[in-house]
Amino acid sequence: MLRIHCPLCGERPYTEFRYGGDAGKHRPVHGAGGIEAWHDHLFLFENAKGPHREFWQHVQGCRQWLIAVRDTATNIVADVALARDARGLEPQGPGER
Amino acid sequence: MMRYSLPRLVGHALRDRPWPRAWRKATPRSHYDVVIVGGGGHGLATAYYLAANHGVRRVAVLERSYIGSGNVGRNTTLVRSNYMMNGSTQFFEFSLKLWEGLSQALNFNVMLSQRGQIVLGHSPAQMDGLARRGNTMLLNGIEAELLDRGQVQRLLPYLDYSPAARFPIAGGLLQRRAGTVRHDAVAWGYARAADSLGVDILEGCEVSGFLLDAGGVHGVQTSRGRILADRVALAVAGHSSQLAALAGLRLPIESHLLQAFVTEPIKPFVDHVISFGAELFYLSQSDKGGLVFGGHIDGFNSFTQRGQFPKAQGVAQCALALIPGMSRLKLLRHWAGIQDMTPDGGPFICRTPVRNLYFNGGWCYQGFKATPAVGWCLADTIARDEEHPLVRCYGLERFAQGGASLDEYGHGHWTYRH
Ligand SMILES: Cc1cc2nc3c(=O)[nH]c(=O)nc-3n(C[C@H](O)[C@H](O)[C@H](O)COP(=O)(O)OP(=O)(O)OC[C@H]3O[C@@H](n4cnc5c(N)ncnc54)[C@H](O)[C@@H]3O)c2cc1C
Ligand SMILES: [Zn+2]
Repeated sequence: MLRIHCPLCGERPYTEFRYGGDAGKHRPVHGAGGIEAWHDHLFLFENAKGPHREFWQHVQGCRQWLIAVRDTATNIVADVALARDARGLEPQGPGER
Repeated sequence: MMRYSLPRLVGHALRDRPWPRAWRKATPRSHYDVVIVGGGGHGLATAYYLAANHGVRRVAVLERSYIGSGNVGRNTTLVRSNYMMNGSTQFFEFSLKLWEGLSQALNFNVMLSQRGQIVLGHSPAQMDGLARRGNTMLLNGIEAELLDRGQVQRLLPYLDYSPAARFPIAGGLLQRRAGTVRHDAVAWGYARAADSLGVDILEGCEVSGFLLDAGGVHGVQTSRGRILADRVALAVAGHSSQLAALAGLRLPIESHLLQAFVTEPIKPFVDHVISFGAELFYLSQSDKGGLVFGGHIDGFNSFTQRGQFPKAQGVAQCALALIPGMSRLKLLRHWAGIQDMTPDGGPFICRTPVRNLYFNGGWCYQGFKATPAVGWCLADTIARDEEHPLVRCYGLERFAQGGASLDEYGHGHWTYRH
């Protein structure tokens, strides 16, 4: 079974977590960017076969949102960090216009 | 092609000789009119209808593994046409009609078994929903019967009708023409029939790139060399994103695992296909006696083709809520297939922004029953360079245009919540 190493709670089965999808996507800034930016954000997916940065929320543990790097071809999780550390303080990502 | 018939069968029984191969081991030519990437049910059916309906003879199907190795050989074999969203209703009915004549058309027994499918309802609100679905079908000329609890009990006496039932059964919607088809036979039947019309089936031939210029695509790079083609079509099921990316396209698709399960064989007792109304769960009994069932996708995108164990627990719980008598059955096997999932649960059959590149994918849960119609409509789309009327609702541009309306469940833009 897929196991995810929560930085706060340790290694836990994935059933304790809620999946949150691709963390590489950046929401367009409200009001900026045309409808195309929103279309691409909502509906297009990189769908990587290989390393994939993705959100998981530890709903049955510390309830923190995490960002994990999982290889979608093997399900091996290489790295997990708290989402607020990994992403929250980043400057606006390249997808943000 | 040697036609299969009763005299041939008897003749072969008397003579001690192996049957001839069902299709040639072709070697790639340098140029084709149409190259189809992916030798699953969809790719093979497309090749067959290109040759049979449109007279296009220089066609190749490129399969990186062997025929039948993909989802065409991994699915739970259900066919039906009880879809409610406009567009899908007509498309899947067209497909069911093709299934009904397929064994004759291909001279290959695909073992269509129209045993009837019953979708269960567990509450008055669900029964209203089923009535609406049934009425939509009737308006489209597709028979449908709304059953009350007593009628369901007569047809499916082994379900849980006790007061303790977790999800009491209120009734159901029956489509008698729905049922199952032998999935391997579909792959083999289309492969053999296409081959007999001159289609080259190239196994062990993986596409790794496209030959592109300002005029669009004019061939593919493969593990067996370059192959030129006037037109190229993609039918690679769970790997649509990877192939499309080679042509510079990003798709509204994520790849997810769907698992299937089969129990040890037991005497026949499930005569129909049953769909649970309280969860996504469907069950039928195979000719060998195993109970075949499946449920949701695993819940996160993956290409591993190995399912997660908690899904086995989830489907077992559904099975027991429905048929308590299954509690002592052993699970014999389970396996997973990589499946394209789309935001609205609908597929794509269309031209692409790259000229002469055609796309079929995004099949989510329903691609097997669609196989004949996919082949028919994709072949038509390629031959005429314009979408067949039945697949105009399956364009790549539908999300950008707004009002995407194929979503049977209303899950929004998430691929993994379907
Ligand atoms: C467990 C499970 C149960 C299902 N149950 C049902 C059901 O009951 N009813 C229903 O209608 N549908 C069902 N489906 C869906 C259905 O099986 C698929 O949608 C359908 O089979 C996909 O079309 P296909 O047959 O062409 O795919 P496939 O058989 O997967 O064919 C695609 C082929 O493309 C090849 N390929 C990939 N990349 C390349 C490349 N680079 N070069 C060359 N070839 C390549 C693959 O090897 C593969 O053989 C189920 C799916 C699964 C996984
Ligand atoms: Zn935690």
